[in-house]
Amino acid sequence: MNHVPANIKAAKSRLVVIGNGMAGMRTVEEILNRAPDKYDITVFGAEPRVNYNRIMLSPLLSGEKNFDEIVINTPEWYRENNIHLYSGDPVVEIDRIRKVVISKSGTETEYDRLLLATGSDPIIIPVPGHKLSGVVTFRDVDDVDVMLGAAAKGGPAVVIGGGLLGLEAAVGLQARGMDVTVLHLAGHVMERQLDPSAGYLLAQELERRGITVITEADTAEIVGTETVTGVRLKDGRMIPADLVVMAVGIRPNGRLAADTGIAVERGIVVDDVMTTSDPAIFAVGECVQHRGQCYGLVAPLFEMAKSCADHLTEIATDGYAGSVTSTKLKVTGVDVFSAGDFSGGGNTEEIVFRDAGRGVYKRIVLEDGKIKGAVLYGDTTDGGWYFQLMKDGQDVSELRDTLAFGQAFAGGSAGNPLDAVAALPDDAEICGCNGVCKGSIVSAITEKGLTTLDEVKGHTKASASCGSCAGLVENLLAATLGGDYQAATVKPICTCTDHDHDSVRRLIIAKGLKSMPAIMQELEWKSSDGCHVCRPALNYYLLAAWPGEYVDHGASRFINERVHANIQKDGTYSVVPRMWGGLTNPRELRAIADVADKFDIPTVKVTGGQRIDLLGVKKEDLPAVWADLNAAGMVSGHAYGKSLRTVKTCVGQEWCRFGTQMSMSMGVELEKMTWGSWMPHKFKMAVSGCPRNCAEATIKDFGVVATDGGWDLHVGGNGGIHVRATELLCKVTTDEEVKEYCGAFIQLYREEARYLERTAPWIERVGLKHVQERVVDDAENRKALFDRFMISQQTAQKDPWAERASEGVDAHEFKPLSMVAAE
Amino acid sequence: MTNNLTWVEVGPAANIPQQGARTLQTQTDRIAIFRTLDDQIFALLDRCPHKQGPLAQGIVHGHFVTCPLHNMVFSLETGEAQGPDDGCAAKVECKVIDGMVRVGLTELQAGLRHAG
Repeated sequence: MNHVPANIKAAKSRLVVIGNGMAGMRTVEEILNRAPDKYDITVFGAEPRVNYNRIMLSPLLSGEKNFDEIVINTPEWYRENNIHLYSGDPVVEIDRIRKVVISKSGTETEYDRLLLATGSDPIIIPVPGHKLSGVVTFRDVDDVDVMLGAAAKGGPAVVIGGGLLGLEAAVGLQARGMDVTVLHLAGHVMERQLDPSAGYLLAQELERRGITVITEADTAEIVGTETVTGVRLKDGRMIPADLVVMAVGIRPNGRLAADTGIAVERGIVVDDVMTTSDPAIFAVGECVQHRGQCYGLVAPLFEMAKSCADHLTEIATDGYAGSVTSTKLKVTGVDVFSAGDFSGGGNTEEIVFRDAGRGVYKRIVLEDGKIKGAVLYGDTTDGGWYFQLMKDGQDVSELRDTLAFGQAFAGGSAGNPLDAVAALPDDAEICGCNGVCKGSIVSAITEKGLTTLDEVKGHTKASASCGSCAGLVENLLAATLGGDYQAATVKPICTCTDHDHDSVRRLIIAKGLKSMPAIMQELEWKSSDGCHVCRPALNYYLLAAWPGEYVDHGASRFINERVHANIQKDGTYSVVPRMWGGLTNPRELRAIADVADKFDIPTVKVTGGQRIDLLGVKKEDLPAVWADLNAAGMVSGHAYGKSLRTVKTCVGQEWCRFGTQMSMSMGVELEKMTWGSWMPHKFKMAVSGCPRNCAEATIKDFGVVATDGGWDLHVGGNGGIHVRATELLCKVTTDEEVKEYCGAFIQLYREEARYLERTAPWIERVGLKHVQERVVDDAENRKALFDRFMISQQTAQKDPWAERASEGVDAHEFKPLSMVAAE
Repeated sequence: MTNNLTWVEVGPAANIPQQGARTLQTQTDRIAIFRTLDDQIFALLDRCPHKQGPLAQGIVHGHFVTCPLHNMVFSLETGEAQGPDDGCAAKVECKVIDGMVRVGLTELQAGLRHAG
């Protein structure tokens, strides 16, 4: 057939990739590493998004990660590498004669080489009811979205399949508040990866977490009319369910290949350099069948990608020789590892180690003095070592007696992790997912001058997938760079924990942690009750996460917020009543004067925030001072708190001959709406009635400046050590809009900033665009933020002075326990 | 010195909040009496050796208190400053008998003898 392309043929060969998943994109990356200019690359993906790390769906479901964190290649990456990406537009036909692929939207694209990376499909057991609404698989981000939607309503969920994926789904749904039952056909969970003992320990742990596990459960029917209501088993048992997740396995997706006449058995048949039966067409990943084997784990996919890339860039290669695999369950707090053949019997012998107290089980299967398989539960530290010994086929007879105690014991490496990595041979595998060995990491560090974990991830892919080897990579960095290395990728809140602020906030929500002891227990705090650094942060995060529900913990607040006044250098306090928008009147001023006289208050000062400060009040006088101020209608100004401080105003259109808007009344309205809200740090506002900006709104956290037609809204200003002018968030026209944007901005800050982070550094960290996308561009999200702010205000707007002056709250704070009387 | 202490009962331990403190005003100074999360009672002079901060107003964590003025951390068991800081807060003897806190005072503190 003589086919002449319409356009002049490009100088480069054209490579078309079908499948925008992990295997396809890894092959593209490997090709770009070897020969960046060899191909014009076009990628078709069925999902309407960029390429993400599919094995991170479980942490995405449980809330331990968000989508941005599991993206592998950003849109910029595709652009920078001149890759044409058609996402959400799957290829529906391959014309091998014309060498053209045709997408769903009708686009025809010519190829010289075609790479199939169509992955696999989840298996759906065709029981009655499998098409009901509420029945999903666990395969992509859309599935996770459906599961999260169901979890938001709570209620019962059934996961069919107690394998790796099913259990991860079950734990994720349970963490999201659903009542989960796992149905598993075999006699114990994860029977392909675990032996019965480890399966038993795992099921026990799941039950302890509140998940019901039913083994030997054969599904007869999924029940419901339009939406699922339950699952009936063949033995007649009925399990109620609002959501059914089918996670019974995957099947290579070879349809497109089969349709076009390429050899497909269980998967697309490929040779060692990943060529299909058509020499111009290649295949990698879960869709292939290589030497009779199909794979559903990432490590083999990445090995295939390397061989395929070698071949496509004409680099001599031994080709892909098949993979020996190991598996790990990605469930926080449950350590499970298995590798090889651990069925036992025949000429094999076993080493078994149990520690019921610690919940540890290890079983190593040997044959002819070599490791044939291993199952570890509870302590998987040595999984990588056993796996390496197994892959190398090393004779372990001499280590046999102490093998179960692990590498530290056997290798004499004295338990020091740095010595342990230093002692590893260069070909020891560090990252199982990406098949990166120690030698390549060390040479990347020394040759390219890498100093951080992220750089090593970027250059070598080590720890870029499941991340469980990140600690090993850090040790390698430390061992290679010596004293020059500082592991600072995650900065813990304090020495009580390894978690940073962001992960604690995320886990509070994801795991539904509602008290300080719950956080400290679940997140493995290293001290009994925290310290002065972490406790105030946790108290704020809990208040922000569970408004109206969490009870404020006074003992975890700094003294100022505990007694609602500012401690001074001599141990006395200062008292600042609120003056709405900086406005006051003779009655208030008289009351302030009377209080100053009555309690002998030595200093009365006008503050920068347009109110009056009474300095030098004795602690025991505070309730009485407040009672008098309350009586004149004044409430706490929160001048002491990580909270809304003042709203400074100019006189505006009410008086000023230049004023274009009513800045005083706007200031009062904003202050009435926002007072009493707790924040990551103090929060100041100002409203100016014209662009002359006499209220200095452009150095406030939220500044409002009137214009002729409306209001300019400014954010992120600061007048402290580092003076920072605000950035313009947006312009609005109505007063109602000012209030809605203000409430939404505050709520975003309350939900996302780290404790003790002012808006200025927060915005510098996340970028103004991030804030604008959430508060300005997305009206629905702005409304939702505003609503959440107003909900939290319902319980926050209670005058703490009145509670203490007349309701007896925290009376112990203001009286000594006892006095020693004079003789 | 300890032999000459005057023991005075200052009230029930339950009147001190957990992870908190109350004070005892003596004839010469003020004593901070702390109750930890594990319900142990400790006492220090209510005066940080650094800038005389009132330690009773600090955050109590483990068997430590953090001074409210400049965040120095002191051991409630020994009074010694933790971490890189130097200094020692004055330890005061105390014990709990039948739920009542008793503090050991010097003669001056107890007002049995006047200074000078």
